[in-house]
Amino acid sequence: MAGLKFRDVGDVPLVEMKGITKRFSGVTANRDVSFSVEAGEVHALLGENGAGKSTLMNILYGLYRPDKGQIFVQGKAREFHSPKDAIAAGIGMVHQHFMLVQTHSVWENMILGMKETPFILPRKKIQDRIAEISEQYGMQIDPSAAVWQLSTGEQQRVALLRMLYRNAKVLILDEPTAVLTPQESEKLFGTIRRMTREGHGVVFISHKLKEVMSEAGRVTVLRGGLNAGTVAASKTREEALAEMMVGRKASLGLERKPMARGDSVLEAKEIHVLGDRGIKAVNGVSLCLKRYEIFGVAGVAGNGQRELCEALSGLRPLISGEISVNGARMDRESPRSFIDEGVHYIPSDRKGTGMASGMDIVNNSILKKYWSKPVAKGFFIDWGTSADYAEEIVESFGVSVSSLSTPVRNLSGGNLQKLLMGRELSGTPNAVIVMHPTWGLDVSATHYVRDQILARRESGSAILLISEDLDELMALSDRLAVMFKGEFMDVLDNPGTVPIKEIGIMMAGGHKRPRTAASKADREASR
Amino acid sequence: METLLPIFVAAVRSGTPILYATLGEILTEKAGVMNLGLEGIMLMGALSGFAASLWGGSPLIGLAAAFAVGACLGLIHAFLSVTLGSNQVVCGLAMTMFGGGASALAGRSYIGMTIPGLDSWSIPVISKLPVIGRIFFSQDIMVYASFALVFLMMFFLHRTRPGMNLRAAGDNPKAADAMGLPVAGIRYLYTVIGAGLVALGGAYMSVVYNKFWAEGMTAGRGWIAVAMVIFAIWNPLQAALGAYLFGGVETFQLRLQAAGARVPAPLLMMLPYLMTILVLLFISAGKGHKVSLSAPAALGIPFYREERE
Repeated sequence: MAGLKFRDVGDVPLVEMKGITKRFSGVTANRDVSFSVEAGEVHALLGENGAGKSTLMNILYGLYRPDKGQIFVQGKAREFHSPKDAIAAGIGMVHQHFMLVQTHSVWENMILGMKETPFILPRKKIQDRIAEISEQYGMQIDPSAAVWQLSTGEQQRVALLRMLYRNAKVLILDEPTAVLTPQESEKLFGTIRRMTREGHGVVFISHKLKEVMSEAGRVTVLRGGLNAGTVAASKTREEALAEMMVGRKASLGLERKPMARGDSVLEAKEIHVLGDRGIKAVNGVSLCLKRYEIFGVAGVAGNGQRELCEALSGLRPLISGEISVNGARMDRESPRSFIDEGVHYIPSDRKGTGMASGMDIVNNSILKKYWSKPVAKGFFIDWGTSADYAEEIVESFGVSVSSLSTPVRNLSGGNLQKLLMGRELSGTPNAVIVMHPTWGLDVSATHYVRDQILARRESGSAILLISEDLDELMALSDRLAVMFKGEFMDVLDNPGTVPIKEIGIMMAGGHKRPRTAASKADREASR
Repeated sequence: METLLPIFVAAVRSGTPILYATLGEILTEKAGVMNLGLEGIMLMGALSGFAASLWGGSPLIGLAAAFAVGACLGLIHAFLSVTLGSNQVVCGLAMTMFGGGASALAGRSYIGMTIPGLDSWSIPVISKLPVIGRIFFSQDIMVYASFALVFLMMFFLHRTRPGMNLRAAGDNPKAADAMGLPVAGIRYLYTVIGAGLVALGGAYMSVVYNKFWAEGMTAGRGWIAVAMVIFAIWNPLQAALGAYLFGGVETFQLRLQAAGARVPAPLLMMLPYLMTILVLLFISAGKGHKVSLSAPAALGIPFYREERE
């Protein structure tokens, strides 16, 4: 295969989308949106969740077909019936979930779907070519590794290389930094700069204003499916972009009052837990959750956070170690005993683990109450009381629904999370384990959720907060642990004073922070 | 050894129908479609194979007809599960009942008839090898074809482009689609071919092994094949092992019966099925993780592109 060749077409953009409209069963995801990418530029696509960013790009990539509008590639009108057509036209996309076949090797994923590959796969030749491209763009990867064995950052590299392997001229990156450590993001930006130098056009989907300001040439903001404007990054400010995104001025400050740390509620000693594939996921973690305190856990997804949460809420058995709640040993107890002890879990997988998605709001509201009074009346369930209880949650947590008998799978992400938070935070839980609470939520729902977590801290719950969003962790946590490969790299007592870069290094498994005398003293004092 | 040898020879023959059915199902499942209608398809294959051999005058015509009938049934299953996206377990059960009933009804006039069927043909030279020659190379061409199929499938699945596409459609259809592969087309193709192979397994029983037709003659072998797919963790070579193991136990219990063992016959006839259950228990206890790693991740899940999360 020859190297990249770009036709010199003067001022014609690499790709241009004009007047794109797309509806999904009544919901208009894009309305009359125009968008273009020039050679050598990074064009950021900014917007809240549900603003239509991914839909627009999936149209450009041929996954969805627009109801109206046209796509021009280097000035020529094109119609894409499937991604195959888009790839042939030089457009490649790296999805948020990468679209890799987990059980296949890296090199197999690289050539997946390429018609020009010979019938019998020329493994050696393919691997050589991969090595060549990864060298050219500065991305190291082992071509013979199986994808499921790779870290998230490496998988992203595979997905990106796959598009370069196909000579994509335009690369669409769908929220690429959402899953990366700060260092990995830096590396990715390096690669992106290299690509634009080589003449590629890059579309960078994001809702992180900082990145957009520093990496993009132009910025297009989508709001409610409409193009809210395209501006040069150098001629705008973060605040202006935020306003374009939300459509109004939004105050997003949070107030974390200083509080004295209370009694310990949930304690784990040297716990070891297996993951779904039978490989150790949590490797000797000890922690102690105290009242009036938020204990944050930073880390790239897949480093044992979910398994840790499940172990601490009784869902996953320990292979060794101890868990105690309010001083009583709990590590052989059922999930229900954890619930009865007031240990509540808000999982990141809201529809799967958090809710029974086909059941209605009333049923879901009483999922952790149906066996005890007043919801249970002996063998029966008191539906009147249940409905009142559901009503209470819906009202006090501002869940907007038309009826309590709506199946929860029909709720929007924000409403679903509010309902889940309402169920888990009502009353005063002793301990709350929260995982990725604002993942996929828009700006106002995010603010609401964070506010609720802080409110629970003030009323005396012990909170474990697991998140990939470092800004969120820094803003909310009283203490912060960094998790890597199932272990805590360190537990920071004053996370606000530690540079984010250091945390990033630990997230990537780098050296633990050298303990200075001061931080040690700090630690002693806080005990 | 001399007394055991005939048992081994018969074990290969007795295991061959299950081997064909298992290979067919592996092909289909690797592409992401679960076809639980094997029992029905095998019966339809057995009947059509027998009838076509009788009327066409050649066992090869019978086998070809069986493959064609199986492929048609596969097409129905593919339409129901790929195009309409219906529940594949229910479709499979329906196919089993349909095949059982339809073959019984259409086959009434063939009961009691026999055909010359397919004769065995020893491969020159290698059939003279000690032990191995007797067991594996003094059989019939359908047995040899099944050996070839095992290795062909291994090679096809892991070393060729269409084989890789097939696995991608079964493991992550979304990714396959995003890379421009026709997921529905792939699933159709291997559901049809897979069902054809399953029907060949059935036809082997009526055309080669027994040379007659009887209602319900597959006696649950379709279900055994479904179990064998898991036993084999979707690996064709291990499928052969499983099929011959079943065949071995089956042959062994037949010999015991013939020798007049003082054990009630129904108890002996249960043996191969009991063994299958035990083996499955052992597998799920011992290498559960390996099974979950090898199982096509999107098995039995319909795929549509415009479905939003």
